[in-house]
Amino acid sequence: MSQVDTLDSHSSADLMASVKSYLVGFIMSVVLTAIPFWAVITHHFDTPITLALVLVTAIVQIVVHLKYFLHLDFSEEGKLNTFSFLFTALIIVMVVGLSVWIIYAANDLMM
Amino acid sequence: MSIAIRADLDLAHTGEPLANRDEHHDTSDNTLLGFWLYLMTDCILFASVFATYAVLYMNTDGGVSGKDIFELNFVLIETAALLVSSITFGFALICAKHQKRAATLIWLLITFALGCAFIGMEIYEFHHLIEQGNGPQRSAFLSSFFALVGMHGLHVTAGLIWMAIMMLEVVKTGLNKRSITRLSCLSLFWHFLDIVWICVFTVVYLLGAM
Repeated sequence: MSQVDTLDSHSSADLMASVKSYLVGFIMSVVLTAIPFWAVITHHFDTPITLALVLVTAIVQIVVHLKYFLHLDFSEEGKLNTFSFLFTALIIVMVVGLSVWIIYAANDLMM
Repeated sequence: MSIAIRADLDLAHTGEPLANRDEHHDTSDNTLLGFWLYLMTDCILFASVFATYAVLYMNTDGGVSGKDIFELNFVLIETAALLVSSITFGFALICAKHQKRAATLIWLLITFALGCAFIGMEIYEFHHLIEQGNGPQRSAFLSSFFALVGMHGLHVTAGLIWMAIMMLEVVKTGLNKRSITRLSCLSLFWHFLDIVWICVFTVVYLLGAM
């Protein structure tokens, strides 16, 4: 019964749309992986520029994965997942950011 | 035959047939949300190990640092294997939702092979490091490196075991609502591990080799 429902509600246009969404996400990920590896391996830029490039491409790639592979959005069904993720992101920024801040400040004070 | 037996069992437990129960108590969305909340706690576990690594990575005790031991070409191949496995799992899930059993199994098998390649490369890297005397007991940097990368590797291994079990389930019982919900959970897990790997190759390997 439920199998028939699933079959009906997913037309072939739907199939193409989901395949296309994955492909778009995949191509963007490949580009966003290639750029930082290339920059670090070839030493094409100065260190501060490479550092900024590596961090920005990583953050953009995480957003691409969340949107195209994990399908996070602000729709009625997906809202709860997205907000729980945003809350977790806040906790992570606090855990990692404050730990690093505290320990590095302590290191400086002990020099 | 087996489906008929399962329907009977369900009837015995709840007093109504399986199909009706699916309509009245559709818990697959709740299952997915619950699994997502578990992943969020896993995120925090990874975040604390990342914080540990960020605090300890300079403490090399006169031994090797990231610059000396990281081979970016090797890491790039690992990354490619994991990234391709992400999209092949996506295709497996799409096929599953469209009731294409053979295609689902083929994509799952490709994903499984790519995951095994990733784990194989990681074991080779760890073995190589330990052989050269750069094991986790050498310095705080290496302890935190093995803890962080090893924890991601253990998660991928757990995902591979789960995937093998799912392939058996799809072969045995086909693509019913229950197995599609389980595949959707595994999909969340697998894509989540890919996101953690983005953080690993950025923070550990790229920043370490700069």
